Amino acid sequence: MEKHITLPLTEELAKTLHAGDRVYLTGTIYTSRDAGHKRMCEALAKGEKIPFDPTDATIYYVGPTPAKPGQVIGSAGPTTSGRMDAYAPTMMSVGARGMIGKGARLPEVVDAMKKYSGVYFGAIGGAGALLAKCIKSAELIAYEDLGAEALRKLYVEDMPLMVIIDCEGNNLYETGRAEYLEKNKK
Amino acid sequence: MREINADIITDVVERLCIAANEHLPEDVKCAIKNCRACEDGVIAQGILDDIIKNYEIADAENVPICQDTGMACVFLEIGQDVHITGANLADAVNEGVRRGYDKGYLRKSVVKDPVRRGNTGDNTPAMIYTEIVPGENIKITVGPKGFGSENMSAIRMFKPSHGLQGIKDFILETVENAGPNPCPPMVVGVGIGGTFDKAALLAKKALMRPIDSENPDPFYADLEKEMLEKVNQLGIGPQGFGGKTTAIGLNIETMPTHIAGMPCAININCHVTRHKTEVI
Repeated sequence: MEKHITLPLTEELAKTLHAGDRVYLTGTIYTSRDAGHKRMCEALAKGEKIPFDPTDATIYYVGPTPAKPGQVIGSAGPTTSGRMDAYAPTMMSVGARGMIGKGARLPEVVDAMKKYSGVYFGAIGGAGALLAKCIKSAELIAYEDLGAEALRKLYVEDMPLMVIIDCEGNNLYETGRAEYLEKNKK
Repeated sequence: MREINADIITDVVERLCIAANEHLPEDVKCAIKNCRACEDGVIAQGILDDIIKNYEIADAENVPICQDTGMACVFLEIGQDVHITGANLADAVNEGVRRGYDKGYLRKSVVKDPVRRGNTGDNTPAMIYTEIVPGENIKITVGPKGFGSENMSAIRMFKPSHGLQGIKDFILETVENAGPNPCPPMVVGVGIGGTFDKAALLAKKALMRPIDSENPDPFYADLEKEMLEKVNQLGIGPQGFGGKTTAIGLNIETMPTHIAGMPCAININCHVTRHKTEVI
């Protein structure tokens, strides 16, 4: 099913999304990958705040290329989400609900998604030039020393995504492949 | 003896880093289009359409195809009658990478220590592979390698008794294990033979060979075809959402090995299988 959604990703909105939905997402999202997540989770463990309000927030796992003159951002496709599995349940426990990336997630992440009504969206891996087109503004908000891994606040319009895992734990990686194999049984 | 100034090598490497990251080789584009024509699932078709749109934008606007502009793998085939003057070869190559990644607005993705991390800030050092060949030219290939796919690669030291079946099973097992992580449709590079390290190098070289080419040995050419078909029967599909196109190419490179062994390495690449070559 095709859906146009606007952030923030409230619990109510999250529950309307199902694995396999084609989603066009509009709103403010935050970028973070390995080193940024490590730092945020260390801050949370010490009882400190993270650089943005995590309530109903959506995090895009991306390390963009530098913007050329005149560009909002460089190429900006998703990185492999599995490397953030160690941090994702912690991020969800403080309110972050949406994750945009690519690739498989661990069962403990899916469990946390069920508990906190999280949604895992897939952007097309390797389509950084295309995805950059829907990013309308980008602002560096923290961890500048991490270079490509610094935290950025992005405003996106109609970002093309697939719901890979919904808050009930349904997984497009499992169902999509099973359906294909079933259809092509000899 | 032909003298080649190291500055020329730097210039070529700079140019190749940028060109390889912005423009996908024609053989890869062609394979993606052919696979798109064969897909019948709506989701798979949509993904491949977007992948085509993506490389078209990169071509038209001279921007990186993918944000992971990779580690710069630089292959140098150096004619034995060449004398490089002016600077150390490794320095010349690294300077080319440094300039290319800066001028091309490419991402700096290299850390200075594997455990303690810390970005080097200029994407150096390059991974340099040199080979001395007959002649008085230098052939330089830059293949930026992303790590989403690199991380899904594998190597195994088989016993000779495992035979061909062992290799076949290992290829399928590795692709299965990679699943949606390496941004399928992928390209599979297989290296068989040599030593532990040489097998891995062969697998990487297999990824540098055009995917519309075949191994000159008919035995391995047939194996390439058979295994590509089998990989595509796994049903992983574009981005792992199910479909016919799990891989757009599978290349095998081999060399002699020891009587006691049969090393096999599998280097996985994504649909952004980039490489660009120039001869000096």
